[in-house]
Amino acid sequence: MPTDATLEALRKVCDERARPAEEGDSVADVPARYVAAPTSTEEASEVLRLAAEQDLRVVARGGGSKLGWGAPPTAVDLVVDTGGIAGVVEHAAGDLVVVVRAGTAVVDLQSSLAGAGQQLALDVPEAAATVGGMVATNTSGPRRLLYGTLRDLLIGVTFVRADGVVAKAGGKVVKNVAGYDFGKLLTGSYGTLGLVTQLAFRLHPLPRVSRVLTLEVPGPVEAGRAVAAVLESQVVPTAVEVDQPATGPLTVAVLLEGTEAGVAGRAARAADLLGDANEGDDVPPWFGAYPFAPDGVGLKLTCEISGLTRLLVAVRRTAERQDVPVDVRGSATGVLYAGMPADTAPDIAAAVLADLRAAATTYGGSVVALTAPAAVRAALDVWGPVPGLDLMVRLKDQLDPEHRLSPGRFVGGI
Amino acid sequence: MDLDQLAVRLRSEIGADRVLTDRQQLRTYECDGLAQYKVMPAIVVLPATTDQVAAVVGACVEAKVPYVARGSGTGLSGGALPHADGVLIVTSQMRAILEVDAPNQRAVVEPGVINLQVSREAAPYGYYYAPDPSSQQICSIGGNVAENSGGAHCLKYGFTTNHVLGIELVAPEGDVVRLGGKAPDPPGYDLLGAFVGSEGTLGIATEVTLRLMRTPEAVRTLLAAFESTDHAGGAVSAIIGAGVIPAAIEMMDALAIEAAEAAVHCNYPEGAGAVLIVEIDGPADEVESQFADVERHCRANDAFEIRIAADDVERALFWKGRKSAFAAVGRISPDYIVQDGVIPRTALPDVLRRIADLSGSSDVRVANVFHAGDGNLHPLVLFDESVAGQADDAEEVSGAILDLCIEYGGSITGEHGVGMDKAKYMSRMFTDEDLDTMQLLRCAFDPEHLSNPGKIFPTPRLCGEVPGRHKGVHPMQESGLAEVF
Repeated sequence: MPTDATLEALRKVCDERARPAEEGDSVADVPARYVAAPTSTEEASEVLRLAAEQDLRVVARGGGSKLGWGAPPTAVDLVVDTGGIAGVVEHAAGDLVVVVRAGTAVVDLQSSLAGAGQQLALDVPEAAATVGGMVATNTSGPRRLLYGTLRDLLIGVTFVRADGVVAKAGGKVVKNVAGYDFGKLLTGSYGTLGLVTQLAFRLHPLPRVSRVLTLEVPGPVEAGRAVAAVLESQVVPTAVEVDQPATGPLTVAVLLEGTEAGVAGRAARAADLLGDANEGDDVPPWFGAYPFAPDGVGLKLTCEISGLTRLLVAVRRTAERQDVPVDVRGSATGVLYAGMPADTAPDIAAAVLADLRAAATTYGGSVVALTAPAAVRAALDVWGPVPGLDLMVRLKDQLDPEHRLSPGRFVGGI
Repeated sequence: MDLDQLAVRLRSEIGADRVLTDRQQLRTYECDGLAQYKVMPAIVVLPATTDQVAAVVGACVEAKVPYVARGSGTGLSGGALPHADGVLIVTSQMRAILEVDAPNQRAVVEPGVINLQVSREAAPYGYYYAPDPSSQQICSIGGNVAENSGGAHCLKYGFTTNHVLGIELVAPEGDVVRLGGKAPDPPGYDLLGAFVGSEGTLGIATEVTLRLMRTPEAVRTLLAAFESTDHAGGAVSAIIGAGVIPAAIEMMDALAIEAAEAAVHCNYPEGAGAVLIVEIDGPADEVESQFADVERHCRANDAFEIRIAADDVERALFWKGRKSAFAAVGRISPDYIVQDGVIPRTALPDVLRRIADLSGSSDVRVANVFHAGDGNLHPLVLFDESVAGQADDAEEVSGAILDLCIEYGGSITGEHGVGMDKAKYMSRMFTDEDLDTMQLLRCAFDPEHLSNPGKIFPTPRLCGEVPGRHKGVHPMQESGLAEVF
């Protein structure tokens, strides 16, 4: 067992939960030197204080399901594993609020809330995902159409700054405008502003009944028409999703949730709007799943709502032009995910990204390369152009002046 | 540069008719909706374009003169209270609705646009703008953005921050920056999310992209009268506990009802110790079944009268008493303080009882009007300034109510903002470290503290030199402790 001063110091805080890093601890193929797993906000604070003293570059790790997302870090000295900072602190069912530690698995949280007929209204794409990891990467899924995203559900946050200072913002009531909303800044910040240790969320009741309508359509235009018809109606869907595989017909799925009597009537009306739809109780298997393998190439595309059809067309065109299969699926909110195989040539992936970025920009949106094999990622402009970057860099400089937290993972090299 | 010179420069930059320095004219702007604080600004400007706002801010920065943005001036926390040696930038001349884009469910507006006007413009397309502060007939979108305004219907639909998708802002050093737009999830930090609710301390919004929502198919509203706030609170818990999220649940206690009757003759049931207004909206089938649940829970909690609005006119009458409650209190008391504390909804009965105790022991009357669904209290603390000591007593009760909110795990403000009024209470809710950290954001945007200084934070943080970013060889590598992998 190798020992050195840094490891000794980490062990003073975390005992045997601090260890030298192994190959599996690498972050996007960048090897780490140490791993520490604090079990509380206080321990995490001590770990980060130590990291500041010893000038260690730090990457936080939850379930690790999206650790490779974003740009690779420029260097990693210390991986802080949040798995030990887990568990529900308080579930105030009558207030529809939960306070939970960041390392808690989202599936565990959901099953504990379900006992009270409640949910954190977020889709969970991977079983391993932790609450903190979802916040760091701003994960969202089909149900964002009705419930919004993390920024709409997160009401309080406790985090440890790069210098080890513990700070909190928000609280545990849904309505609260006291002070700056740091929860929003931390959401989707890829661990570059601080280490989140505890979060408070507003909850929603689990729906009593749900119905799913699915419709197969020959092309993007018909899919867009079906989506628009449902959005312009007053049936209030929870989700409206489109799945466009690399070849063949598309599927539109509409999820309706509510009371027994209410959903039956709404489903009938939605079926009228869609035409030839199938009705069932369960969402199709692709619903809410990313259209890329963990080792594949995954893109996130956004556009204004009405740009959906044209973006779907743009995906098929660029796929044809570059001769690469591109699967895409996404929601009527203007958020789509596209996937290419792991063996896609770097120049082809880069060309597809450039094409789609141009198209998405035309419709008011953007494209980010979420994940890709190292060789491919090296050829990609992962984040693309970012309006407001100057202010973002200034914010980073204030919170982490030495750029030691997840260095290089975020926009503009932050 | 002194203030006279600054006025000369501003006149040449944006036109003489847009710069006010006459004391009579300045007086109009000496306070916002919280009239107990009054400060006469040195200069008022009325810019008409983003470029003019940027020119004013640029001139202020060069002269190191503080500036404060103001919309309609309806804010209730003194957030738009002017600076005596500063410039007040009034956005009321920027009131164009630039676009109602129904297919994209967005509206693009200038900051001086009145809240209700957005819904009026969107209505022909079947859409509306959800956040509805009680002052929506006069308050501006720019002010709503600054304060992250709520309203009765935010229980179901969220606050301003959940409905703003993009802004163009003049940052505190005078740069024009765009954040977000019509599409969701722009890459980078959610600076937009931090900007909304930053009370004018991070810059001035000059264009706002709003979410429009499809008008609900059905709306049903009932007014239920109870003997006491305990019974009404029981009904609220039962409704939420049953998994129903109404568009709004509002409560008024006996004193608030008395005031509303005196002011607007809303004709609420006689003898009520509390009334609830509950509104359900959505698809017709869904609304029918939920509304039946609501009615049942009200009866089960001993509502002695339930009225159901037959049409929009009756609905408006129900709401009239509630929405005019603050002003109405003027009928029963010469002066009052409006508080905006929040508590977990389940603590309502306890906290109301303790507020009653406070009122009883201090002999200060407190009327209660609140968003019961989300625990946002608006205690109206009544006093008569002309009677010696009453103002101080009222202030003390008011502070004690906020302490109660904090004790129960709540907040000192749910929708009115901290502003000037509640800055002194911030350290009761947050630690020095919390407040210090928040101000790092301030330092990133406004290192000179010129944009609405003195608001939100009890003690301003000095924005020191930012240490140089890590460059070159890692010190551990340099000292031989580490190798390059």
